[in-house]
Amino acid sequence: MKPRIEVVAIDCLMVRLFEVIAEDNMPWMLAATRRLREGFGAALVDLVPSYTTLMVHYDLLALSPTQARELIDQALTDLQPQAQGSGQCHVLPVWYDLSVGPELALLARRSGLEVNEVIRRHSQHQYQVFALGFAPGFAFMGLVEEQLAAPRLGTPRKRVAPGSVGIAERQTAAYPVESPGGWNLIGRTPAKLFDRERDGYSLVQPGDSVRFEAIGRAEFINLGGDDTPLEAQA
Amino acid sequence: MSRLLIEASTALCLLQDAGRFGVRHLGVTQGGALDWVSMSWANWLLGNPLDVPVVEITLGGFTVLAEDYCVLALAGADLGAYIDERAISPGRSFILQKGQRLRFTQPHSGARAYLAAPGGFDAPKVLGSCASVAREALGGLDGFGRALAEGASLVYSGTGTHLRELPVERLPTAASLEVILGAQIGQFSGQSLFDVFNTEWTLDSRADRMGMRLLGTPLQYQGPSLISEGIPLGAIQVPPDGQPIVLLNDRQTIGGYPRLGALTPLSLARMAQCLPGEKVRLAPVMQETAHREHLSYLQRFTNR
Repeated sequence: MKPRIEVVAIDCLMVRLFEVIAEDNMPWMLAATRRLREGFGAALVDLVPSYTTLMVHYDLLALSPTQARELIDQALTDLQPQAQGSGQCHVLPVWYDLSVGPELALLARRSGLEVNEVIRRHSQHQYQVFALGFAPGFAFMGLVEEQLAAPRLGTPRKRVAPGSVGIAERQTAAYPVESPGGWNLIGRTPAKLFDRERDGYSLVQPGDSVRFEAIGRAEFINLGGDDTPLEAQA
Repeated sequence: MSRLLIEASTALCLLQDAGRFGVRHLGVTQGGALDWVSMSWANWLLGNPLDVPVVEITLGGFTVLAEDYCVLALAGADLGAYIDERAISPGRSFILQKGQRLRFTQPHSGARAYLAAPGGFDAPKVLGSCASVAREALGGLDGFGRALAEGASLVYSGTGTHLRELPVERLPTAASLEVILGAQIGQFSGQSLFDVFNTEWTLDSRADRMGMRLLGTPLQYQGPSLISEGIPLGAIQVPPDGQPIVLLNDRQTIGGYPRLGALTPLSLARMAQCLPGEKVRLAPVMQETAHREHLSYLQRFTNR
């Protein structure tokens, strides 16, 4: 494991660890994240993980580019993958239903599976959280099995309800807040994904893993979910 | 405590500070004053820490009425500001007597003015910052990212009485915007590499706090498609249409378009004062050189 270090800005260096997206990347990414946080200490402004890279944003008053490079080199010397299970594992309840997840029908048609089988397959896998982005608390997770993969909608929706769970290619995610969006929607979670009052703010952190659990409408409502159909909210 | 009543505002008048840090890995954007240099000078004029909350006024349309005796400072663009009927130019701290109005009409030079108050304007810190980001519902007076609105009050608790002016030469005056070259630079066509640094770029009207588009000869990226990765402030990304976009404070945190590199912070501050239609040139700079220039510029805030 010899990561590449690339210049990206006056106070940012990119640590490139992998060339392809894979679930096996995560133990290495977690280990590198921990080492870099320790190595930079207070001189670290932000550390942005994404699939195959870690962007190190450091304090340019504390470090020169050369010093920052040296710190990265030191931190990643003899890097060992972090033991599995070191990220948290979350179970996100999801009400899978056509009224809140209209593309369930499309995915069933594309895959040749029954809707119930699409739901079963989506909810049986434990997904890795590769990165957060797009919006606060929006976690890119994968990998979704090939048969359920589907391209983004040709025309993104102007408005996707908070909690909506979707699939794009081999990734899955839940929308923390109302926003535009082009993912294939299959259900809705009542979980509060981003909360400014919560310690750590985001329910799911990079490197965590997530399993979806199918629940019925009654439980969804009990857990505080909003069952207003997508069309009615548009 | 001193209070200003907002009598007129627009969606482009925002409470800002240096931005939100330590939360980028959660998908939270940076935010903060686009022209951080002018924000710093506005605060400097009052003897404030350079990054306490200020009002960023883009293009004008902002009026406040002093409900108390106020000491304020103004830096950045000349947006045709008046105290009642008397014109006031930026680059000074000044007194606004109770009952007087400070009004920003329209851009005369530059795009963004920064209004500071002793100790900074009061606002709740959300995820460590007051920076207003409407899209993420974070920051601002109400904590939910909304722009400053007519009828709301700006309050400050400091008691500064510094009255001073800035010397005329405040901003670095390099002819070109400086770009620190990124790792994908070699994967643009040779002609594109020539065009980037040898042709003029026009600022498009499609510009906001997320990014500003540059119009010119389309650039050709010849490398493989990329996996999304972290995006630094000032990154110049090139989407398939070949027209570069400079990504600013409210950008998304990760993205997958190829990049030429990133503008330096000093160049970003200058670009933040450009209006649509203005022409700019780009010049390459080494990371080490840009770092030295940056530290040297920061000395100006202490050597006075």
